[in-house]
Amino acid sequence: MHADTTTIVRLDGVEKHFGAVRALDGVDLNVDAGECVGLVGHNGAGKSTLMNVLAGTTSPGAGSIVIGGADLTGAYGVAAATRQGIRCVFQELSLCPNLTVAENARIMHPSFSGFGWRRRAGALIVGKLDEIFPGHGIEAGNMVGDLSIARRQMVEIARAFSVTDTPAALVILDEPTSSLDAHVANQLLDYVRRFIAGGGACILISHLLGEILQTATRIVVMRDGKVVARRPANEFNRTTLVSAMGSVVEERGEHTAAATSRRSSGEPRVRARPAAQTDKLELLAHQGEIVGLAGLEGHGQKEILIGILQARKRRSDMAYVEGATALVAGDRQNEGIFPLWSIARNIGIRSLKSLRTGALIDRTKEDDLAAEWRDKINIRTPDLNNGILSLSGGNQQKTLFARALASDAEIILMDDPMRGVDVGTKQEVYNLVRREADKGRTFIWYTTEMDELDHCDHVYVFRDSRIVADLARDELTEERVLHSSFEPEA
Amino acid sequence: MSEGAPSTTLLGRGYAWSTSPRVLRSLLPAFSLAVILIAIFYLQPRAMSPIGMKLLFNLAVPIALATIAQMFVLAVNDLDLSIGAYVGFVVAVGSTMLSGGLAGLPLLEGLIPDPAPWIFTTPLAGIVVLAAAIGVYALLGAVIQLRNLPSIVVTLGMSFIWAGLAVLVLPTPGGSAPTWLRGLMTLQVPIVPFPIVALIVIGLVVHLLLMRSAYGAVIRGSGGNPRSVARAGWSLVRVKMAAFGLAGLFGVLSGLALLGLTTAGDANIAVRYTLLSIAGAILGGSEFVGGRVSPIGAVIGAATLTLANSFLTFLRLNPDWQIGAQGAILIIVLALRVLISRGEVRN
Repeated sequence: MHADTTTIVRLDGVEKHFGAVRALDGVDLNVDAGECVGLVGHNGAGKSTLMNVLAGTTSPGAGSIVIGGADLTGAYGVAAATRQGIRCVFQELSLCPNLTVAENARIMHPSFSGFGWRRRAGALIVGKLDEIFPGHGIEAGNMVGDLSIARRQMVEIARAFSVTDTPAALVILDEPTSSLDAHVANQLLDYVRRFIAGGGACILISHLLGEILQTATRIVVMRDGKVVARRPANEFNRTTLVSAMGSVVEERGEHTAAATSRRSSGEPRVRARPAAQTDKLELLAHQGEIVGLAGLEGHGQKEILIGILQARKRRSDMAYVEGATALVAGDRQNEGIFPLWSIARNIGIRSLKSLRTGALIDRTKEDDLAAEWRDKINIRTPDLNNGILSLSGGNQQKTLFARALASDAEIILMDDPMRGVDVGTKQEVYNLVRREADKGRTFIWYTTEMDELDHCDHVYVFRDSRIVADLARDELTEERVLHSSFEPEA
Repeated sequence: MSEGAPSTTLLGRGYAWSTSPRVLRSLLPAFSLAVILIAIFYLQPRAMSPIGMKLLFNLAVPIALATIAQMFVLAVNDLDLSIGAYVGFVVAVGSTMLSGGLAGLPLLEGLIPDPAPWIFTTPLAGIVVLAAAIGVYALLGAVIQLRNLPSIVVTLGMSFIWAGLAVLVLPTPGGSAPTWLRGLMTLQVPIVPFPIVALIVIGLVVHLLLMRSAYGAVIRGSGGNPRSVARAGWSLVRVKMAAFGLAGLFGVLSGLALLGLTTAGDANIAVRYTLLSIAGAILGGSEFVGGRVSPIGAVIGAATLTLANSFLTFLRLNPDWQIGAQGAILIIVLALRVLISRGEVRN
C-alpha cells in the first residue's frame, strides 16, 4: 500500500465560534495515511473543538471538510464520520457502564446482528485487546462498570481500532494514556506505530510531550483556535515545542518585569495540599493576596478549590482554612445561577444570615444589598427584580461575583470564572478583584487563561492532581507555566 | 457504580461472577419469592397443590406483563406513570370491541341497525384500536426524546387520557372477554400449573428480546450512556420509540391477560398497576437510572408482590392494614438490597 501519498482528511479554513469565543479560527489540517499527527496546545487552543469537528459531533461554522477525496462540507456528521472510518477515543470515557465489553463493541458496530452476534463481537474486541495490550486480563463478558478506569480506557481504545465492515482509517486519541500506567501506555504507543506503518493514521493529543515526540511523525501546534506551527516531529524538541505553544513574547514581557512579589509574611489564611501530593509543596494564601492556580484543565485545580470550600464545614485532610469562604463558579449554568430567580435574589442567597428579620428574609434588606452591588460592579439592568436570565453572560457572571463579594467571606475561591466573558467585563472584574484584595480579602483563582495569571501575586501550577511548581510573581513567565504543565518525560 | 443487572448471569455464557455481593444481589429477588412462598405454605398447607398454586400465581401474570412494560421504560431512564390507566383502557377495549366489535360499545347501543352488518361486529375494530394505542406509546417516546420532556410529566398527563378513554369505552363494569382469551388464560398444562409456565415463558422471551438481542444492547446502552450511543451513530429517537412501543405492547398483553382472568371488564380494574409495576421492577433488580434492568428479575418481583398480597390475606390481617404491610415487605427487601450494594462498594 502506498500509504504516505493518500490524504485521509483535509480541513481548510475551518471556523467554529461559540458566542464571542473563537474556538476555531480558520484551521487548515491534513492527515495522510501512514502518519501520526501529534496535536498540542494549551487550554482553549481549540484541540477538543477540532476533534469534535472531525468526529462529526460539532459542525463547523465555515470552512471545508474533504475526507478520502470527497468534499463532505455541510454533509458531515456522525454517520458520515463512521462510514469513512474516522474513530475517536474521547477524553471522558464513553462506554456504557451497564453493558458488557462485547455489547459495547456492538454499540459501535451495527453490523453485529443475528444469531451469535455476541460471540463474534466478543471475539473481535478481545482479539484487538490481545493485539494492543497483551496480558490485559479483560473478558468479553465483563460488565464495563465493574472494570477499573484503566481497563475501561483499554476497552475504549481497542474498540476504536477494531474493524468490521467499516475500516479504521483515522483514529483520534485524546489523552489516551491519562489513566494508563507506563507499561500499558507504551503498549499503546507501540501499537500506534504499527498501525500507521500498516497504512492507518492517528491524531494523538497528549500533555505528555515525551509521548508526542516519540510517537508522532508530524506535530501540529495550536494556539487561540489557530494552527501556529506544523513540522516533522524530529525538528522539535521539548523546548522548541513549549515555546511554540506560548504566545508572542513581546506582548507579555513588560508585565512580568515590572511585577514584584507581593507575598506577605505571617500566618497564611489558607494552607492546602492535594491528596495526591507526595512532596512538601503546598498551597499557601495570605491576607490580601491573589493566588493563581494554573496548569492544563482537569489536573486537580477544581478539586482543591472544593477541598478548601468544604474545609470550613467538615474537617478535611486536604486544607486548613481560617475565615469564611465563598465560591464564584465558572460553569454558570450548572453551578452558578438560579435561573428562575431574580437578580436580587441571586445576589442575596450567600448572605441570608445578615438579611433576616426574625426567621424571615427581609426583602428591603435584600434589595438594598443588591442595589449597593449593582452600583459597585456595574451590573447593567434597569431593574434588579428582573429574572437573572434577562442579563447577558458577562453580567450574569458579575452577579455571581456580587454574590460572593457581598457576603461575609474573606476568602473568595474562583473556578475559572471568566470563561466566555467579553473583554470589557473582564477588565472591570480584574480591577474589582485587585481593589478587594487591597482591602484585605484573599483570592484563590483557578484560571485557564495565561493572561489572567498576570493579575496574581503567586501562582501554583498543577499537573496530574499535584502542585508541580510554586512561582512567585517575579518568577512567573508563560514558558515556566507551560514547562510545568507538560511533563518532561513520558 | 458497580451494580449490575443480575439476571444477565442466569443465561449468559461467559459472564463473570466477579464479586460475591453481585451473586447475592442477583439471588435476592428469587430468595424473597421463596421466603414468601414458604411462609404461605406454612400458614396454608393446602396451597401446596396444583390448584392452589394456580390460584396463587394467576394474578401474577398480568402484573408481570405490566412490570415488563414498565421495565422497558426504565431501561431508557424514563418512568411510566400511565401504565395502570393504560392497562385499564386495554381491558375496556378488550371486553367490548375485541369481543363484539363496534356493536359491543355501550356508547353506541341502539344506534346500530339490527341485525348489525359485518363491519360493526368484527373484532378487527378492537385489534385496530389496540395497535393504535401501541403506536401512541411509541409516539410518546419520540416526543419525550425530541422535546426533551420529563417522562413523568408526559405519562402522568397520559394516565388521565387513558383513564378517560377507558370510561368512555366502558362506562360501567361489564362486557365480556373474547372466548379465545378466556380459553388461553384457563389453559390446562400437565404437571405444572399454567400461570407458572406463562411466567417462565414471559421471563425468557423478554430476556432474549432485551438482554440477548443485538438491538436490546442498544436500548440498554442508551440508558447507560446516551451520549456514547448517539456518538456511535444511533438515533436516540428511534431507540426511545422502540422502548416505549415495547412498553405499549406489553401493556396490551397485560390488559388482555387480566381480562382473560376476570372474564368481564372494568375501566378502573388496574389503577394499582402503575405502582405495582414500578415496585415489581425495582424489587427485581432494575434501577431507576443507568439502564440496569432485569426481565427475569421483573417477573420474579411481580410474582413476589402478588404473593405478598395473598400472604397477608392468609395472615387474616385487617384489610385496612394490608397495603401498609405490603409496603413494609417492599421496604425490607429493598433495604436488604442496599445493604448488599454497600458490601459491593466495599469490595
